[in-house]
Amino acid sequence: MDELSLYVLDITMNSVRAGATEISVTLTQDDEYLTFSVTDNGCGMTKEQVEKLSNPFFTTRTTRKVGLGIPFLKMIAEMSGGDVKIESVSEKESENHGTTTTARFVLNHIDSLPLGDMVETVKTLIQGAPDINFIYKHKTPKGEVNLCCSDLKSVLGDISLAEPEIIAWIDSYLKEQYEAIG
Amino acid sequence: MKIKDLCDALSLEVVAGNTDNEFSNVYVGDFLSRAMTKVKPEKLWITIMANTNVIAVASLTDAPAVLLAEGVKLQEEALEAAKENGICVLSSNEDAYSLCLAIGKLLRE
Repeated sequence: MDELSLYVLDITMNSVRAGATEISVTLTQDDEYLTFSVTDNGCGMTKEQVEKLSNPFFTTRTTRKVGLGIPFLKMIAEMSGGDVKIESVSEKESENHGTTTTARFVLNHIDSLPLGDMVETVKTLIQGAPDINFIYKHKTPKGEVNLCCSDLKSVLGDISLAEPEIIAWIDSYLKEQYEAIG
Repeated sequence: MKIKDLCDALSLEVVAGNTDNEFSNVYVGDFLSRAMTKVKPEKLWITIMANTNVIAVASLTDAPAVLLAEGVKLQEEALEAAKENGICVLSSNEDAYSLCLAIGKLLRE
């Protein structure tokens, strides 16, 4: 995982596995930091679970006893001089449940990873979970890139977002916006 | 080759775990997500990373041992994890290149 976009993908997949129906992925870039934040309405976690997250020997997986998603994210963020914050409300605690993971990276640190291909990442997410309402936003000092899957769905009706034609359209829609703020 | 024999030959410090495992090859690397796919049960892993994640990757890949180069010290929490999970951790003041040269020579003998 030598690009930040792969970490965005990995963290967002946690939200998918948590049964979320709406996931917002927001990247904010300023002169110093790149911050990405993933907010979902999935099953959430208890306080005890959140505390254990940075320990790789704690995992919700049952197939193996090691989980490295959050530990790796925390490590690379901290190595760049940034940090990771996780806020979660478990479905056992409230009807208003879900998780927000925020990772901050120092952009011009010597150990910083490049961002990578966000268009591919967004397409991979939509293709893998076309029923989820993804809300993607990338803010830079030059402008914004936006995509809201529920807007697309209201236009497309019953057509799945995973259809190759739709994915191709999303590709060009995002690339056009990136070019505009290039 | 037995890890124990390697420790004797190169005067490595045993930081945690037992030295009964055998190895026949080496992987050198500090990028953990890469090490995850490259370290194998027959490959001794040389690295300068010394956090709990290293122990987790070693556990996941069934590494015969982790050899910390350049005198890096295993973090307290990582030491606990290594003991708890039976991961063999060794340490040396030499850098990875010197260690590889010496290990290569031993493996050819």
